[in-house]
Amino acid sequence: MREETVQLEIFRYRPEEDAEPTYDRYEVPFRRDWVILDAMNYIKDEIDGTLAYRWSCRMGVCGSCGMMVNGVPKLTCATFLKEYYPRPIRVEPLAGFPVERDLIIVMDDFMAKLQSVTPWIVRREGEEKPVEEGEYLQTPAQLMAYKQYSMCINCLLCYAACPVYVADNSFVGPAALALAQRYDLDSRDQGHALRQPVVGSHEGVWECTFVGECSAVCPKNVDPAGAIQRAKVTSTMEYFKDTLMPWGRRA
Amino acid sequence: MSPYVRPVSNTWWLQRRPYTLFIVREITSVFVAGYCAFLLYLLYRLGQGAEGYAVALEVMRSPLSVALHVMALLFVLYHTVTWFNLTPKVMVVRVGEERLSPFLIAAGVYASWIVLSVFIAWLIFAG
Repeated sequence: MREETVQLEIFRYRPEEDAEPTYDRYEVPFRRDWVILDAMNYIKDEIDGTLAYRWSCRMGVCGSCGMMVNGVPKLTCATFLKEYYPRPIRVEPLAGFPVERDLIIVMDDFMAKLQSVTPWIVRREGEEKPVEEGEYLQTPAQLMAYKQYSMCINCLLCYAACPVYVADNSFVGPAALALAQRYDLDSRDQGHALRQPVVGSHEGVWECTFVGECSAVCPKNVDPAGAIQRAKVTSTMEYFKDTLMPWGRRA
Repeated sequence: MSPYVRPVSNTWWLQRRPYTLFIVREITSVFVAGYCAFLLYLLYRLGQGAEGYAVALEVMRSPLSVALHVMALLFVLYHTVTWFNLTPKVMVVRVGEERLSPFLIAAGVYASWIVLSVFIAWLIFAG
């Protein structure tokens, strides 16, 4: 019996040869237990060793293998061929980012944005406990307040799904803003005032038009859209408090 | 060797259903704003007394006005429903250690919508 196969149309861009990207078609065996990343590894091993793409853990933890699959951002290690079979599958680099080569994007912009929201626990000057005094304890409720937002693996599917970021990448973007919330809502953190100038700026939460696709594509159910809307509420409340009660201004 | 920046097509919002629905939701705002302008016009006519108001009523009876009203109603309903459905995503209400179910929050906004609509209907028809 002839082996069943599936067609992959893969975005190729070789900067030393191509001025414009092209699409290469590959025919790979169809296996019900194969994810798209398995098919890509098959191509790289058996058909065309020049294909370039990022991957690492194969189990939805490292966040390296995000690509556009038929126009939708997906972790290719968690997307099965059988979801598309027998139709051809088009694989492209994540939307909204410059392409370095083939399926590899340049993510410097995201790295700078991630850093801009101070994504770590900040203690006020002189309020950091000495190590000997042990850890900062949290109740289960205090953990639940931010846990969902801490599940982000920086896979950038949310950026590729966000039409605001894709159209104009001045937007700080879903993952970075969700991580800002993650630290703002942490009972051990005191760094809200450091993050607010970025989060509350026009390029921060106010650029978001609540399309909601960032949350729809998130493989970790982080819900960046929800995080951003909550930050909008916080920003607004703080604005009114500062304006109506200037004497109560926070340090 | 420079990275390749892909152009964004003007029809990006037609390429996936969620984006199309989002753009429709955004366009509904035009109808919400338009109807507010129309209400101002009605107030203006009302301010001119019975004769001015009769002119407004005549305008409203025209087939074009009826068609626009039906269209505006559909768009405003879509606007309301989509934003009501998004409300539970924005409002995270905690009762003790538990998060209040998003369904209850949505039910709350729909219930207040119905109560307010009944109240307004009562104001108009009982008065």
